[in-house]
Amino acid sequence: MSDGRAAGSVEAVFREERGRLLAALVRQFGDLDLAEEVASDAVTAALERWPVDGVPARPGAWLLTTARRRAVDVLRRDRAYAARLAVLAAEADRAEPPGPAVDDDVPDERLRLFFTCCHPALAPPDRVALTLRCLAGLSTPEVARAFLQPTATAAQRIVRAKKKIRAARIPFRVPQAHELPDRLPGVLGVLYVIFTEGYAASTGDDLVRADLCAEAIRLTRILRRLLPREREAAGLLALMLLIDARRAARTGPDGTPVLLEHQDRALWDPVAIAEGRSLVVEALTGGTPGGYALQAAIAACHVEAADVATTDWPQVVALYDVLARVAPSPLVELNRAVAVAMRDGPAAGLPLLDALEGDRRLRGHHLLPAARADLLRRLDRRAEAAQAYRAALELVGNEPERRYLRRRLAEVSSPTPRPAAGGSSAAPGAG
Amino acid sequence: MKYLLLIYGAPPAEPPTPEAIEAEMNTYWDYEKAVAEAGVKLGSEALQGTETATTVEVRADGERVVTDGPFAETREILGGYYLLDVPDLDAALDWAARCPGSHNGNRIEVRPIQEFEAP
Repeated sequence: MSDGRAAGSVEAVFREERGRLLAALVRQFGDLDLAEEVASDAVTAALERWPVDGVPARPGAWLLTTARRRAVDVLRRDRAYAARLAVLAAEADRAEPPGPAVDDDVPDERLRLFFTCCHPALAPPDRVALTLRCLAGLSTPEVARAFLQPTATAAQRIVRAKKKIRAARIPFRVPQAHELPDRLPGVLGVLYVIFTEGYAASTGDDLVRADLCAEAIRLTRILRRLLPREREAAGLLALMLLIDARRAARTGPDGTPVLLEHQDRALWDPVAIAEGRSLVVEALTGGTPGGYALQAAIAACHVEAADVATTDWPQVVALYDVLARVAPSPLVELNRAVAVAMRDGPAAGLPLLDALEGDRRLRGHHLLPAARADLLRRLDRRAEAAQAYRAALELVGNEPERRYLRRRLAEVSSPTPRPAAGGSSAAPGAG
Repeated sequence: MKYLLLIYGAPPAEPPTPEAIEAEMNTYWDYEKAVAEAGVKLGSEALQGTETATTVEVRADGERVVTDGPFAETREILGGYYLLDVPDLDAALDWAARCPGSHNGNRIEVRPIQEFEAP
């Protein structure tokens, strides 16, 4: 790296380096608050020095050295704090050797930080907030905006999580192999929540929220590299890539969702699709596939077809059958019903949707009436379709989806019947 | 770091059979042996039933109010505890998961002990 780098790109370096820097500092000093404080100080110092002196040859090592010096200063001033931290650090060193040193001489300790931020002893929303703050490097106001919360709420979540980590002594450690089946789903779940939040927001014009997809992919990529043997990490990355590859085609110019069948497939990202497909193969190979790998395989069926008509719907239904066993949920059943309707016709899907009526977990959600409405519309049962669209409209929260449902309602309410077209909007995998 | 493992459970609807009591006691003896051998146990006790509980409160005016029963009527009652000294919360959660007090519909609340600086 040369010193020709502009101050603007200094920010980009920090985005990449911050998580690794923070993790290395937490590893050494055993304290998240101290690590955050001195990491910020190092970044401030870099913002002052780098535009003048040039970006150092090894920016990560420069930041780590600067932050460490600062931490030593802080500890010198506060002896009691230092004594407590010394005990913690000694215990940590006894427990495990330091992580592998990679480029830039900054050891990559982020895996520990993933497992700490996503610890089951923390409340699920707090895990998400802390992961975005510590590993994605978002500021607290950015975390708040990402989840449409007041800044005070996000700040409270982060403070509460950090306080519990310290007070209850949640460790900075990578679970052992036998613990991973219990612990890894929690980490993957946090990354998936970040991704779906970004997915839901990508039709709006709030870039911080839409960027969450890219951030979730970046973090999952890191996690997968750190856990190369965990197939569900590969499965989740594949799922994200295959869904995100359709991003440009998913909305029209006015932000209205474009259903899969009407999407311009030339707009899909071929690089992301190629990577996602090869990851699906890896995630499905060896042993019972996990829930993310199966969802990714379904997404792959969609991107591999030239259009909706030639999609391998029997294969999609078969994958949903397995998914319903591995990770049963009413949303899986709903998507399976939609796939059955594509394979065998809308009349075959309706009884499967009817069976989901009354499921408490779908109550208050527009997806079930919206899926029903689309099947009824395709069967030309217009009055019933209109009724279902109205029910969906009462529950839908997202403005582009609302526009879509209104348009369909107008169609089935118009006096002249239109030719029935297929398709349904449902969960991320189908859209 | 010290953690208190608080064992909560609903009292059985019917008195357990002697065989059931013995079976449960045996699981606890195994656990007692495990925590002792690992050198993590600082203390442990089982409590008698809430029908034996008495609650005391000294009011602002100095009046001592003694009432029969636990201070809050809840379905799940505190049945006993383990006080352990282990490196971190993960270790405490592992011991809680091994304890018979977290099985068969019972639950364990894990609370870190507040440490005070020496005066």
